[in-house]
Amino acid sequence: MEVPILKQGAFLIATFQAALSDADLNHLRMGLVQQVVKFRSRAVIVDVTAMDVMDSFASRTLREIAHMIRLRGAETVIVGIQPEVAFAMVQLGLTLEGVATALDLEEGLAYLNEKFKISN
Amino acid sequence: MSVGETRVEINSDQDIVIARQKGRVLASELGFSSGDATLIATAISELARNIVSYAHKGEIKVKGIQNSTRVGILVVASDDGPGIADIRQALRDGFSTSGSLGLGLPGVRRLMDEFEITSQLGRGTIVAVKKWRQ
Repeated sequence: MEVPILKQGAFLIATFQAALSDADLNHLRMGLVQQVVKFRSRAVIVDVTAMDVMDSFASRTLREIAHMIRLRGAETVIVGIQPEVAFAMVQLGLTLEGVATALDLEEGLAYLNEKFKISN
Repeated sequence: MSVGETRVEINSDQDIVIARQKGRVLASELGFSSGDATLIATAISELARNIVSYAHKGEIKVKGIQNSTRVGILVVASDDGPGIADIRQALRDGFSTSGSLGLGLPGVRRLMDEFEITSQLGRGTIVAVKKWRQ
C-alpha cells in the first residue's frame, strides 16, 4: 500500500493509511526523504490520523524519518495521533522525542506557517 | 467456553497487520472498548513482529475466554524459532522497544493483564497474554 505524498508549497504532506506493513513504512521513509530533496521542501507533515496501531516499529520509523529530514535541514511534524494510540504508545514505552507533533493537519500547517512566515 | 477464535499464520510483515486487525475485530465482538481493543491490537502487533524478526514463522491465536465473573481475550503467540536464552533479561525494561534491539516484551506485559512466557533454546517460544474486559 503506497502512502500518498502531497506537495503543498514548501511543505510535503504524507497521509498514512490504516494498515501499513513494515515494508510500506520502509518504502515511505525512502520516498519522503527523496521528495524533500527533489522539491527542496522546508517541512514534512506526516498525518497518522488513520493509523489504528502504532507499535515499536512504526514509532521507530517515524523517528528515523524525522531525523533524516532534519539532517536535510527540514522539519517534520507528526499530526493526528489518536488518543487511544497515544495511550498504547505510552504503555509500550514508545516516545517520539525531538519530533514535533500537532493535533491535526490544520494545526500542523498553522504551526509550520507561523514558523516559516518570514521566508514564505 | 470460547466465544470466538481466530488463528493467523505469521510468515511475513504483512501477516503482522492481518493478525492485529483480526485481533481487534474479535476484541470488539467480545465487547472490549475501542481503547482496550487498540491496546490488544498493539500487543498482537509486537508479538507477531517478534515472530517475524526472530523465528521467521509461527502463529498467533486469539480467542475469547471466560471465568466465573469476567469475559476476556487470550492471545497466544507461538513459534519454533531459536528461543530466548535469558527470559529475565528479555523482560527487563530498557532491554526493549525504543532501541533497535529487544523484544518489546515488557511493553506487551504492560498492555495486557496477564502474561506468561515459555521458551526453550532451539525449540521455540510461546507467549500467552490475557486481557479482561472492564
